Amino acid sequence: MVVYIVRRLIAAVLLLFVVTAITFLIFFGVPKLGGATPDDLASRYVGKTASGQQIHETAERLGFTDPLYEQYGRFIKGIFVGAEYDTGVNKDHCPAPCLGYSFITRNPVLPDLLDRLPVTLSLASGAAVLWVLGGVATGVVSALKRGSFFDRASMSVALAGVSLPIFFTGLLSLSIFSYALGWTPPGGTNPVEQDNPFDWAAALILPWITLALLYAAQYARLTRAGMLETMEEDFIRTARAKGLRERTVVVKHGLRSALTPILTIFGLDLGLLLGGAILTETTYSLPGIGQYAVLAITNQDLPKVLGVTLVGAFFIIMANLVVDLLYAVVDPRVRTA
Amino acid sequence: MRKTRVTAVAAGAALALALSACGSGGNDDGDGGSTSTPAFNAAVGHVYNPSDTKGGTLKMANDSDWDSLDGGDMYYGYAWNFSRLYLRSLVTFKSAPGKEANELVPDLAESLGESSSDAKTWTYKLRKGLKYEDGTPITSKDVKYAVARSLDKDILVNGPTYFSDFLDLQGYAGPYKDKDLTMANFKAVDTPDDQTIVFHLKKPFAGFDYLAMLPATAPVPPEKDTGTKYKEHVVASGPYMFKTNELGKSFTLVRNEYYDAKTDPDTGRKALPDEIDVDLNVNQADIDKRLLANDLDVAVSALGVTAETRAQVVNDPNLKQYADSSPQPRTWFTAMNADVAPFDNEHCRKAVMYAADKEGYLRAYGGKNGGEIATNMMPTMIPGFREIDLYEAKSKPNGDLDKAKDELKQCGKPDGFSTNISYRAERDAEKATAEALQQSLDKIGIKTELKPYPQSDYGKLYAGNVDYSKNNGLGLKIYGWGADWNDGFGFLSQIVDSRVIRPAGNTNFGVKDPKIDQMLDDALSELDESKRNKIWGDIDEQLMKDAYYLPGVWASTLFYRPERLTNVFISDAYNTYDYTTLGVQK
Repeated sequence: MVVYIVRRLIAAVLLLFVVTAITFLIFFGVPKLGGATPDDLASRYVGKTASGQQIHETAERLGFTDPLYEQYGRFIKGIFVGAEYDTGVNKDHCPAPCLGYSFITRNPVLPDLLDRLPVTLSLASGAAVLWVLGGVATGVVSALKRGSFFDRASMSVALAGVSLPIFFTGLLSLSIFSYALGWTPPGGTNPVEQDNPFDWAAALILPWITLALLYAAQYARLTRAGMLETMEEDFIRTARAKGLRERTVVVKHGLRSALTPILTIFGLDLGLLLGGAILTETTYSLPGIGQYAVLAITNQDLPKVLGVTLVGAFFIIMANLVVDLLYAVVDPRVRTA
Repeated sequence: MRKTRVTAVAAGAALALALSACGSGGNDDGDGGSTSTPAFNAAVGHVYNPSDTKGGTLKMANDSDWDSLDGGDMYYGYAWNFSRLYLRSLVTFKSAPGKEANELVPDLAESLGESSSDAKTWTYKLRKGLKYEDGTPITSKDVKYAVARSLDKDILVNGPTYFSDFLDLQGYAGPYKDKDLTMANFKAVDTPDDQTIVFHLKKPFAGFDYLAMLPATAPVPPEKDTGTKYKEHVVASGPYMFKTNELGKSFTLVRNEYYDAKTDPDTGRKALPDEIDVDLNVNQADIDKRLLANDLDVAVSALGVTAETRAQVVNDPNLKQYADSSPQPRTWFTAMNADVAPFDNEHCRKAVMYAADKEGYLRAYGGKNGGEIATNMMPTMIPGFREIDLYEAKSKPNGDLDKAKDELKQCGKPDGFSTNISYRAERDAEKATAEALQQSLDKIGIKTELKPYPQSDYGKLYAGNVDYSKNNGLGLKIYGWGADWNDGFGFLSQIVDSRVIRPAGNTNFGVKDPKIDQMLDDALSELDESKRNKIWGDIDEQLMKDAYYLPGVWASTLFYRPERLTNVFISDAYNTYDYTTLGVQK
């Protein structure tokens, strides 16, 4: 078991390196292929009125004129020991791990990301709880009462939740619950800055529900399908024959077996979400990593986009690792690997 | 309920009429009258819901972010408007409705600038008793330092470059490079004593007071300057100061107790709210909903309501009474590139001027809710504006194909020719304009291909790049331009002066007329305001004769004023609500 964990950890670290290399190549190598010169790259970071000479000096100062592998080497070195960036007046220090330095806002990227992480964490975890509980419970009941009104109705609602775009449901729910009824605070309220957990939850309840609706459908259907299959198995009949309570049969024996595919998907979904729930954060104006990503892209701030990509990749890799480990817990057959 | 409301409104209307009848003759503060009855455009030219009641929190939201809160590093009009809450410049625009808002009045200075007869030396005297937010006195050296630091475009990249263009710098590059905080090498600005500041220009500029208006002249204490980090806490000289500032998220202003209203008799600032909260990067559709739900007071970036909200507001009388439509000092137009044949021949250019469908152009920008058909380039509120319709934009808004074909014959292309139209891909209105132009020009045989480009690189890499435009045959370039301030120089200089053309990053897409350059120089040294204003109109007329630019739309923006706002009026200087006079009803 320990060997398994160590092996997976090493693989995760290697994967992260590969991701950084590919990401770096995409952001700093591909523009070169498209014919962009170091001056073109640098022109993004100077004002509207910069002269050709100023642009060229900036390109040199920011290291764009160095070969790509040197720039990448500096970037990797920065992750371990930090880096210094020449702002033209003094040197700005980017402490380790330095995930990049935005030349537009003149600030290291990682502190901004860490600052915004609590909002995205709050959003993702709350929504995850809702969609897992809601989706799985609905799926179980639907499977047990297959063909009933509940089954049909819940699957339809789930389908609606998946089909309606977030910016529609989001803006609509804000209109109704925040502005017309006044039950929830307006868009743009930062949940992490609230004084008490109740206000924190109030600022997140609408985003939680709209986000959860998106995923609950998938989980409900998956659970339903898994349960339908599992409940037909012989061991279920055996369990019932042994006289176990129906609830024990369903949950301990049925659901547990149906859970593995759900676990896989959950790992992927949560990992992706931690990299930033872009649509939800923009709709509700939540200052999380997703909103940061959108702003970085709109402003063409490449170091920021690179930083967000790396953080997102980190979470996905970690989430997959955790899921793999949980497999070992849930499914004893995996433990011996 | 309904009955009571109607009665109250009627009573209110009667009272307002009575008040305005009293108020409109010889009113002291010179406003254009005032009203408290909600009505469409109630805040245009009048003060809506006048009040002197202090207190409350003014809530603002921005759909994106400031370029910078640092006075030396900002270019957006709304940022300049807002900066007067926490900064004071040498002079500023008067806070009053109507035309008065275009008057410059002294702010930190006792009076407008005193000029030498050649308009190359400008002197200002600061008032006494001016203090920063921590009680330390403001001196002329602080204003000199503020101007000095704004020169360095490596550190403060966003602001305009007018000081670099006009001051006799003699190689001085700002305190970050020069490192001498006494600024001994900054000879272009003298401070003979703590109250006096003198500017030495390298060429005459009769409109220098407009540069003294810029937030770059708001004083900065040299020992507190942190360069690129100064925007995190800008030291206040105005009625408000920063309490919190979370970059990219939100900030809060509270009263600056060291601001003395007695030192501010001319500007019209009111400083009514106790606190001002501004949220950043808020979803734009959500901002509109919050405004309409009275949950938010001001959409600070002054873009106006979205197209969807506009449609909702203008069609619902209950909402329309809270809306104001403000013409903007902005013209949407299409430039013709004389580097690309056959646009080097003025008759081919005139063919386009005649053939273009002006109504289609206006439709692309939202029809009459988006503005009006422009007959010439300068927007209507610029002093010196006169209507110049050389190509029948008013009489034949769908184009005059016969005259167009005649011009084509004269330029030697009777069967038309081919070219490309460039536009900014993210802008739906520009795409619609390109399509309208394509259709109308096709009727006289001019075949065009549409070329969209990303807006952030439009000026540096594509339409504003001389070589790229030439090599890719960009004959027609769709664009728009807003005045930096409501004055002929503020609107025209960056788009018609041939001497500002550079290899890349252009805003002048190809006007090269030495006659126009000469007229610009004449206006710069003309100290008589009415003579100067006439020259702007003359430049506009020459521009239309040259046919380099096809004017499309004089833009208008629709704003929404929520019920609890008091003292609201559109400032003709900033073409949105004046942020320094707003208050809130409790």
